[in-house]
Amino acid sequence: MTAMVEANSVHKRFGRLEVLKGITLSVQPREVMCVIGPSGSGKSTFLRCINHLEKIDAGELWVDGDLVGYRERGNRLYELRDREVARKRQEIGMVFQRFNLFPHMTAAQNVTEAPIRVKGESKAQARERARNLLDQVGLADKANAYPRELSGGQQQRVAIARALAMQPKLMLFDEPTSALDPELVGDVLAVMRKLAEDGMTMVVVTHEMGFAREVGDSLVFMDDGVVVEHGTPRDVIADPQHQRTKSFLAKVL
Amino acid sequence: MATSESSAESSAPVRTGADAEQIVAVPVRHPGRWVAAVIILLLAAMFVHGLVTNPAWQWNIVGQFLFDPQILSGLLVTIELTVLAMVIGVILGVIIAVMRLSPNPVLSGVAWVYTWFFRGTPVLVQIVFWSFIGLLYRFPSLGIPFGPSFVYFDANVLIPVFVGATLGLGLNEAAYMSEIIRAGILSVDPGQTEAAEALGMSRLMVLRRIVLPQAMRVIIPPTGNETISMLKTSSLVTIVALHDLFGVAQFIYGNNFKQIPLLVVASLWYLVLTSLLSIGQYYIERRYSRGTLRVSRTNFFGLRRQGAGA
Repeated sequence: MTAMVEANSVHKRFGRLEVLKGITLSVQPREVMCVIGPSGSGKSTFLRCINHLEKIDAGELWVDGDLVGYRERGNRLYELRDREVARKRQEIGMVFQRFNLFPHMTAAQNVTEAPIRVKGESKAQARERARNLLDQVGLADKANAYPRELSGGQQQRVAIARALAMQPKLMLFDEPTSALDPELVGDVLAVMRKLAEDGMTMVVVTHEMGFAREVGDSLVFMDDGVVVEHGTPRDVIADPQHQRTKSFLAKVL
Repeated sequence: MATSESSAESSAPVRTGADAEQIVAVPVRHPGRWVAAVIILLLAAMFVHGLVTNPAWQWNIVGQFLFDPQILSGLLVTIELTVLAMVIGVILGVIIAVMRLSPNPVLSGVAWVYTWFFRGTPVLVQIVFWSFIGLLYRFPSLGIPFGPSFVYFDANVLIPVFVGATLGLGLNEAAYMSEIIRAGILSVDPGQTEAAEALGMSRLMVLRRIVLPQAMRVIIPPTGNETISMLKTSSLVTIVALHDLFGVAQFIYGNNFKQIPLLVVASLWYLVLTSLLSIGQYYIERRYSRGTLRVSRTNFFGLRRQGAGA
């Protein structure tokens, strides 16, 4: 079985700062992988590399059997054209810490925009699915609201619906609840939990240890650009092997 | 949501304003305001009195020429020049702004040089220059660069004075518009581009569907300024003997020596046009402020339309 995400010694540097120092891990289909670690550990950067928002400098990264950003022919790598990169991204949904909803469009328009413009779906079909998706995330009555009129938790749920509208095979979550008021976190996590139960492959960068423990199939602790510990959430949380993991968990638990 | 909250509040046993005593206080007096108002009203009365009683204004002649066919045809030329120059300015301005932001150093360099050149020379010089372009390229032709040509044009036929003046105004305007549009594009949160690209949108689609509509809020007010400014700058074309509104007024008072009344006629028409543009700008701004906090629900004069909500 091909892994959904396969990273082999992935390196990334910004100028002279090396942010990822050789990440090797794999995510199987239907797996929910949670990534934790102190800020600046490179976990968000790694997530952004998966859909090529950042270009990796060394190593290999595959999504569903395809190299990210390159095509291999003979023994040479060819950079993908913008259009090819865009086509790959359609298959990967991404949810951002700051939601990044399009403020000039209603919730429903946010959800239908990409299916109509990018995939060329009919408006009726896209609207029908938008209605179902907004219903799934509990916002059927907010279809005509603009992002400004929604709470942070509601905006993030619209953002999840927007990503799902492209029917991705992989969902990336970049600290989806970090910008939310505490009482709004639960609604977003509930939607993500439902998504996991439905068999979506997910990589979730998060600080929500409860979610990682209950929903995650695997837990990765990253620090200073490397994977320090990788295992089942139960093992990593209950019995961390490394001192760095222990001291981080002591702070967040 | 707000209504449900407030109704929840009123049902709770909270101390509300009903049992507090209404404040009765002597308001602060502002004698300075009264003095200023009296002085200004006095000056205004003197000015109006002068307008009415000074015979040199020659209001009867103003009335006579206000709807003169020549003046109206000049008005039409002014409107055409303004519209065409702004259309060139906006379209070319978008292209140059996008080029300037391009990662391709050749494109961004060319855009920079364009802006440098057209902002660096006076628009009056450019208008005259374009009218004399025929001296520089007598017979422009289409063909293979440095090779044979297939079609020849006569520059004097290809670029008559009106086209020359329009190009002069439009190309100059494009340099200014490109900076306005670039500022607008840069004002949009980069997270918007990222989110759109993560959905698989192409760069052009991101620009057209996501970035530009949001940039419009920043772009429109200075563009309104530019349009109003262009309306008046277009009067410079009288230098190449084009009969726009001001040109016609000059032409008429050159014959009948009624300078003041004809300048008043031209000014009145310029005022009418700028007023119309201001109103148009207000409604365009409102259109592009969808989804933002400061959406005005009133019309241009700040009056609430009937039935426009609470």
